Amino acid sequence: MASTTRPATEKYFLSKGLDGTFRDMYNGYRFILRFFKEVFMSPFEGREFVRQCYEIGYKSLPLISLTGFITGIVFTKQSRPSLSEFGATSWLPSLISIAVLRALAPLVTALIAAGKVGSNIGAELGSMKVTEQIDAMEVSATNPFKFLVVTRVLATTLMIPVLMFYTAFVALIGSFIDIHQNELTSFVSFMEKAFERITFLDVYSSVAKTLVYGFTIGIVGCYKGFNASQGTEGVGKAANAAVVLSMFLIFVEEIVIVQITNFIR
Amino acid sequence: MINREASPIDRNTKVISIRGLEKSFGTMDVLKGIDLDVYKGENVVVLGRSGTGKSVLIKIISGLLKPDYGTVNVLGNEVDLLSDKDLQALRLKIGFSFQNGALYDSMTVRGNLEFPLKRNFRNLNRKQINEAVEEVLEGVGLLQAIDQMPSGLSGGQRKRIGIARTLILRPEIMLYDEPTAGLDPITSIEINNLINQVQQKYHTSSIIITHDLTCAKATGDRVAMMLDGTFLHQGTFDEVFGSDDPAVKAFYEYNFIQ
Repeated sequence: MASTTRPATEKYFLSKGLDGTFRDMYNGYRFILRFFKEVFMSPFEGREFVRQCYEIGYKSLPLISLTGFITGIVFTKQSRPSLSEFGATSWLPSLISIAVLRALAPLVTALIAAGKVGSNIGAELGSMKVTEQIDAMEVSATNPFKFLVVTRVLATTLMIPVLMFYTAFVALIGSFIDIHQNELTSFVSFMEKAFERITFLDVYSSVAKTLVYGFTIGIVGCYKGFNASQGTEGVGKAANAAVVLSMFLIFVEEIVIVQITNFIR
Repeated sequence: MINREASPIDRNTKVISIRGLEKSFGTMDVLKGIDLDVYKGENVVVLGRSGTGKSVLIKIISGLLKPDYGTVNVLGNEVDLLSDKDLQALRLKIGFSFQNGALYDSMTVRGNLEFPLKRNFRNLNRKQINEAVEEVLEGVGLLQAIDQMPSGLSGGQRKRIGIARTLILRPEIMLYDEPTAGLDPITSIEINNLINQVQQKYHTSSIIITHDLTCAKATGDRVAMMLDGTFLHQGTFDEVFGSDDPAVKAFYEYNFIQ
């Protein structure tokens, strides 16, 4: 096997913190590679995937509804004074729909999901890790990665775009209520104006964004949970790290995707 | 109370053979040169204080951890040299009973037992799966808990279900991690009896990790006493505890005075 000499103390290449960060990045990269390797290999855990879609998608609806509705109303109320200065309040539906579809709905959905779903995945898998449930799956000759990680990451990747459209719809409803009260615009007229300026590129870019955000939330939550250290403290840290890291990555990805979309536009 | 019949041990067939095993975590050396043989049909108890690396030993045997040095041969396979596929095949022959049962919280008892069965034997129909689940649950005396969630079970019941979940795959080797830790004396005796029943009914060879001398005496054909990452003594219970070694005496007196 290996040699029999062992250093008396641990040695670091750069420093303990930096070595840990680079090791974490490398392990994260390997975790993502493993996901892409296992996602195409049979057997597929179909029932667990459907259960995760239900947990991640359906159970997020109340929170998403409330947040989307408030976002629509607040953004309409805050935009009105600026537009009314130029006598352009009739542009409100177009402005709101473009802002909601291009930026607000994807970002609000992703941030809410990062908090709710990401922390849930991190805590659940972290708890399974520290109570040896993941080890138990492994020693019983089953593949915990396929059952726990692949299903959750696929579910978040598919559900976040669906939730984004729902958020956009609810935000537009909130906006319509406010506009209807102040400008007496009818629902049909509001919707006509709202969709007047929307292009396919807006829809495609938002779907692309939310696919990336969904994947990020799922993979970060699973990675942090799967690698939770021993003890209940590790579970809390995994949940916390899942939220913080996925939110940070979502903002970085937002910048990159917006740049790419503007380049195409 | 201790129900123990002599089980036939095949002294010509080693199911586990460990030589010069070393394992460290960071700067902490946990295992420092372990040699151990387990024969077919034999129950070997690994005794020692908490934190001496007993659990690390069985995690290496099951391939959950990699050794730093030494060889670990299980059923003719060098565990750390196996491919993922071969390791999966070997794990079908090894049952691992975790300290707290490690039952899957999100599934019922039935779901827990079906989980490894469905994924390893995909050609089984519903009737065969139900029969297998009911048979092992009956074996551990918990058929009535079949539709309960793990959160509704006591510590002893969780351990029994954990053992049933490993037995459903018909393992040749059983690894028990602290099977009586945290249990009352009566439940501990029940678990000890269950370990002996498993050995007799399924003809398994076992390693039982414990610091409970009653468990060691009740279940072990042979005892290996671990201290500071090495085996201090190996032999029958009476041979090991007949020793004048102060460390062994202190361990014995502490357990039985308690």
